[in-house]
Amino acid sequence: MYDIEQIKAEGIDAYLKSHEQKQMLRFITCGSVDDGKSTLIGRLLYESKLIYEDQLSALHTDSAKMGTQGGELDLALLVDGLAAEREQGITIDVAYRYFSTQKRKFIVADTPGHEQYTRNMATGASTAEAAIVLLDARKGVLNQTRRHTYICALLGIKYLIFAINKMDLVEYKESAFLEIKEALHGLTQKLGAPDGICIPLSALKGENVVSTSAVMPWYGGMPLLEQLEVLQVEDDYQQKPFRFPVQWVNRPSPDFRGFSGCIAGGSVRVGDEIVVLPSASRSTVASIVGPEGLLEQAVAGQSVTLTLTDEVDASRGDVIATAAERPKVADQFRATLVWMHEDPMLPGRPYLMKIGAKTVTATLAEPRHKVNINTLDELAARTLELNDIGVCNLSLDRPIVFDSYKENREMGGFILIDRLTNDTVGAGMLDFSLWRADNVHWQALDVDKRARATLKGQKACVVWFTGLSGSGKSTIANLLEKRLHADGRHTYLLDGDNVRHGLNKDLGFTDADRVENIRRVTEVSKLMTDAGLIVMVSFISPFRSERQMARETMEPGEFIEVYVSTSIEEAERRDPKGLYSKARKGQIRNFTGIDSPYEVPENPELTIDTEQSAPEQSVELLVRKLKELGCIN
Amino acid sequence: MHLTHLERLEAESIHIIREVAAECERPVMLYSIGKDSSVMLYLALKAFAPGKLPFPLMHVDTTWKFHEMIDFRSKMQQLHGFELIVHINQEGLARGINPFTHGSAIHTDVMKTEGLKQALDKYAFDAAFGGARREEEKSRAKERIFSFRSAQHRWDPKRQRPELWRVYNTRINKGESLRVFPLSNWTELDIWQYIHLKGIPVVPLYFAKERPVVERDGVLIMVDDDRMPLAPGERPQMRKVRFRTLGCYPLTGAVESNAETLTEVIEEMLLTTNSERQGRVIDHDASASMEKKKQEGYF
Repeated sequence: MYDIEQIKAEGIDAYLKSHEQKQMLRFITCGSVDDGKSTLIGRLLYESKLIYEDQLSALHTDSAKMGTQGGELDLALLVDGLAAEREQGITIDVAYRYFSTQKRKFIVADTPGHEQYTRNMATGASTAEAAIVLLDARKGVLNQTRRHTYICALLGIKYLIFAINKMDLVEYKESAFLEIKEALHGLTQKLGAPDGICIPLSALKGENVVSTSAVMPWYGGMPLLEQLEVLQVEDDYQQKPFRFPVQWVNRPSPDFRGFSGCIAGGSVRVGDEIVVLPSASRSTVASIVGPEGLLEQAVAGQSVTLTLTDEVDASRGDVIATAAERPKVADQFRATLVWMHEDPMLPGRPYLMKIGAKTVTATLAEPRHKVNINTLDELAARTLELNDIGVCNLSLDRPIVFDSYKENREMGGFILIDRLTNDTVGAGMLDFSLWRADNVHWQALDVDKRARATLKGQKACVVWFTGLSGSGKSTIANLLEKRLHADGRHTYLLDGDNVRHGLNKDLGFTDADRVENIRRVTEVSKLMTDAGLIVMVSFISPFRSERQMARETMEPGEFIEVYVSTSIEEAERRDPKGLYSKARKGQIRNFTGIDSPYEVPENPELTIDTEQSAPEQSVELLVRKLKELGCIN
Repeated sequence: MHLTHLERLEAESIHIIREVAAECERPVMLYSIGKDSSVMLYLALKAFAPGKLPFPLMHVDTTWKFHEMIDFRSKMQQLHGFELIVHINQEGLARGINPFTHGSAIHTDVMKTEGLKQALDKYAFDAAFGGARREEEKSRAKERIFSFRSAQHRWDPKRQRPELWRVYNTRINKGESLRVFPLSNWTELDIWQYIHLKGIPVVPLYFAKERPVVERDGVLIMVDDDRMPLAPGERPQMRKVRFRTLGCYPLTGAVESNAETLTEVIEEMLLTTNSERQGRVIDHDASASMEKKKQEGYF
């Protein structure tokens, strides 16, 4: 054990002094059980003497019980984790391992190689500075090699190390190695990825893992561990322009106002000229507070607190950057997405997007294409499903400060969050901003909504009826319009069936089309409220998130959600259009309540139970509600 | 300019701690008084300096902690002036739950796991920092830094969120909560190196001293007070021991040692041949027991 030797030779104080100055490298390992990935990691841990005696004796027991090496020590078992997957014999998630040598501490993101686990690989790759892609020397470049290399390149990993494993099974022949090396060169060229470093090794026998192999004298390069010790990674980030997403405003007293965060690029010195974005206020760095007090300079990767010479306003989510080279500000982008959830991506649905310390609402357009990660071909797609990778335009509700992901990972990488479940559903990398955002400005008009509505003696609003087909939405909406019209109100009724004959006749009933259906109707109702009208919308609108989107599109108080409630049994019994019976016979697909879900409103302004009250009574309730809300007097 | 591994780990932990303070409504830092908690507290103080900690610390006290741990807790509170909540499962206390009569599993479940859930519910905390590290135990290798818990405090492997870059999803619905582990990427050696480098105070139990112990099933248990029942003829012996992890004294095995100073402890650790958690009685039950405990809400 090297620690023991060093401590004995130099004493503990010298040991600590040198080890407290170690650097760190984060890398990912990609490959499947068959490639000997777990064996390789087990070997690195074993050879760097990170296995304790009790773990080793447990390993001997486990090897005999469930090892794959015929009772011999099975190093792969060292890195197995959760009980469930131990039984299945495969790893199913990202596991992090730690080991260190005299030069470096290593954090290994261990990810499985199976096709369905793109999500995990992207996750592991996002924080890695280097990647080890494992290949079986007997099999050469496979689909999974292309997949691993593509994802590593996509996530911006600078160093690719191709570990050509199982050289023992090809008799340590140089020709086998060179053939694979050539094929890999072609692959990285095609991907525009950095050229990889190829190392022939045998994880099982320990050849070229920690020390140079005697059985492959033709190989002139470094063994794997030595290679990992010499890769230079940090300098690159320190040379980028200074970027500092404000994470926390530290204001303990009137005389201290600091901005805390982790430096996402470049370096900063006291006296540097900076700009706060998006407000574009300029100032100068007055002081840098690090964990041990004041610093003259700080670099990418450090968590610090900055104070400025001027009283400029900056809050969480803003970015402090060098005034000389500013990041961009935009609200429409082209991005590459990795979909990470069982529920497919829905174009038109608003998701939360978190980038740096900023969270905004993002609406995704239909993908421009998705990528077949085995062949790297671009395919047409209307949505992205779990583990799909695709390119897509997105538009935000507010501008954000960013750099393209290629320029800076921290400034261009984001996650997408479902607004109802709060699950992380996707991750993305900003490619570039779209010009549209800058060039199409909203025309401010002199006669506004208020003026138009006042002339009509009312307040514009949207009465949004939602409920199952056959619940009585249209009947009640129709009666309400008649009543309002009789009272001299200016109204319009948007009915689901009618709109689908015209504006939305190109849409079907898939989840994605339903979302687009509601998005268009929302935009139309918004224009109509702007015209000062009382708009009635009678749409099944089965999903909460689209109703929520409609609500947020309107001004506060303008959106009145009315849940027209009926049991599915009753709706099916009524079946005014004969649709339920068709759906039951399988003649209509994706029918709400039968084979497509209806999400009941959680806090509607009004609920009408059409099994309990007659339509006329419901209209009375509605009129009272409208008066209560000040829409009519 | 190269950052050392400790500087990078420090920066990451501070980032995580600030992120929780910025995005969660009612965070709390679980303070177990051990060495990992000492480092976590140190980092939290640094994260908000010159300001004060924007969240309280909480200790779930099983009433069986070493006396020196409780003394150390008071000392730290006086030194740093943070808000400290001490929660004891009064119901368990009334039922007389203790590690001797009920065994380690029930004692830990009632006084620690249940106690923790009670406290989180009582104060409606939506995020709780813990000092756990991934390297500590095999089943923790896959634990997220932000670990999602249902309204029943359960850990469901399927609902854990992918974590990319430094972007953490902290959003939860009412009743749900997050357990956050800012020290996820630290190893035991990193912790000791950092304590050494920064001169962070730790409980003296980590250092060897003559202490009264009895040997049971090959484990040295310190007789910390007179609640410990002794078998007929069993007499505590004074042996020079120290502890590698701290918990309830009847459940924490001591190791014989001569390491009286921090550097000697580190030296001993580097030269030792047994992994850290071996001293904990709780792990010996079953091979995947940590994972089961985690699903039930143990940290």
